[in-house]
Amino acid sequence: MDILVYALYIVAFAMFILGLSGLTAPRSAVRGNKIAAAGMAVAFVATLIHIRETSSWLIIIAALVVGVIIGIPPARKVKMTAVPQLVALFNGVGGGTVALIAWGEFIESDGFTGLRVASGPVLPLVVASLFAAIIGSLSFWGSIVAFMKLQQILPGHPLSVGRLQQPLNAILFLGSIVAAVIVGIGSTTTGAAPVWFGAILILAGILGVTTVLPIGGADMPVVISLLNALTGLSAAAAGLALNNIAMIVAGMIVGASGTILTNLMAKAMNRSIVSIVAGGFGGGGKGAAVASSGDQIAKSTSAADAAIKLAYANQVIVVPGYGLAVAQAQHAVKDMAKVLEARGIEVKYAIHPVAGRMPGHMNVLLAEADVSYDAMKEMDDINGEFSRTDVTIVIGANDVTNPAARTDPNSPIFGMPVLNVTESRSVIVLKRSMSSGFAGIENPLFFGPNTTMLFGDAKKSVAQVTEELKAL
Amino acid sequence: MDYTGFLANIAILVLSGFIGFAVISKVPNTLHTPLMSGTNAIHGIVVLGALVVLGTAPNPSVPLQIISFVAIVFGTVNVIGGFVVTDRMLAMFKTRPTASTDGKN
Repeated sequence: MDILVYALYIVAFAMFILGLSGLTAPRSAVRGNKIAAAGMAVAFVATLIHIRETSSWLIIIAALVVGVIIGIPPARKVKMTAVPQLVALFNGVGGGTVALIAWGEFIESDGFTGLRVASGPVLPLVVASLFAAIIGSLSFWGSIVAFMKLQQILPGHPLSVGRLQQPLNAILFLGSIVAAVIVGIGSTTTGAAPVWFGAILILAGILGVTTVLPIGGADMPVVISLLNALTGLSAAAAGLALNNIAMIVAGMIVGASGTILTNLMAKAMNRSIVSIVAGGFGGGGKGAAVASSGDQIAKSTSAADAAIKLAYANQVIVVPGYGLAVAQAQHAVKDMAKVLEARGIEVKYAIHPVAGRMPGHMNVLLAEADVSYDAMKEMDDINGEFSRTDVTIVIGANDVTNPAARTDPNSPIFGMPVLNVTESRSVIVLKRSMSSGFAGIENPLFFGPNTTMLFGDAKKSVAQVTEELKAL
Repeated sequence: MDYTGFLANIAILVLSGFIGFAVISKVPNTLHTPLMSGTNAIHGIVVLGALVVLGTAPNPSVPLQIISFVAIVFGTVNVIGGFVVTDRMLAMFKTRPTASTDGKN
């Protein structure tokens, strides 16, 4: 490799690291992202220098143009409520690229036999390529399914084949490994038949589909984060195979940081990554969850009553959830908060780490509506405040407020850290209907002595409350 | 066989893993979405791999050309889309600290 190319790669990954550290604080985040993007441009130019003698310029330029034309409009226009599925989709195409790279290498080197003429070790390169093929294909198809679930092309609740799910996944996984081993052995002789490489991609792809299908909507933050980490790892593997340090560094950083993020999400749900991927209650709801809602009565309220309660409060906490995203109520909430603040009432936002459909989903939505960054509180910071709070408004959040997680050892979510909304003097729950959340778990909060329900579309309900407040 | 180059790459791989852990460990929840979206854009670096595979093939066959074409399109979408959407998200956070102090003081 040219010295210039190598040097530019070093500059590029230094910029990635610098940019990524910028992303860890709100003030430096915009600059951090720009530095990382500039680093990408440097790495890109370096690669073009590396392949300057290629005969394929036409294809390369055409592909780049098509990629830019396809990539920019959705990124520009997507509503903030739809960001999780877009990230899933971008992640998927990244994984797809890795799988295709491995396939291209397989073809170009006649089943990896061509690698033997190189002076370095061959087996590790073949293994890295095969790893990239399996994980890349899995990540691509898994992300596509995640996208379709979030976009509601597929139903959000889990789709599984029941008890056969685990054996099926295990067979698919082993099958793709066997096919990979056959291709690997083939590379030491005359090269395996292309069908075996196809088998790797197909079996790993099906595995991606069958792994994500049974995972419920509530577990999506963990899944998207995990798929992101996997694509990073596969990129690093592809980088090893191609002896490309920029890919190794960037891929591995994403793989490591993605793993941490996934772990944080899983911890916030008090579950292991393994149990989530194995398809737990994330939408399943074991039999125990079917509580006796029949003999419990939830008190319903009106916008006018809710407004009066709010008007005489000293402190109000808003608890947003996925329902807020669905109803796109973030601006309405901000308007209501403005009216409340004008009356001297303190408004805070309690944000559970896994509220919404991707990590930090609620923060992005509220930020879009111009909610002050300081007013958004993380769970540990706000949980002590509920007892000092007059009114808590729960908007489209369910499982993250479920007191059963603290009190009922039989509840499937027992032990999951939740927001202690029941400690506040009164709770107003904005909800479309009495149906249970994505996890399908009964929420005793709705029947609590201090709880009233305001049924209807969250955006309309909030707007009505705001009108009533103004009229007071 | 000469393992020096490969082992150097493995060393880089391991160190990068530690950097990834170190950098991310102290991120506030607020920035989880932009962070994920940002790292998502960074793994779009795979587009380089697609360029290298096609660009270093002396006489690329038609299947390789088709596969590489799709791979470059996918990789470009990942990179460009990822950075643009992250930038949009972060722009919304940017004004926050000043706006809040204005509001409260």
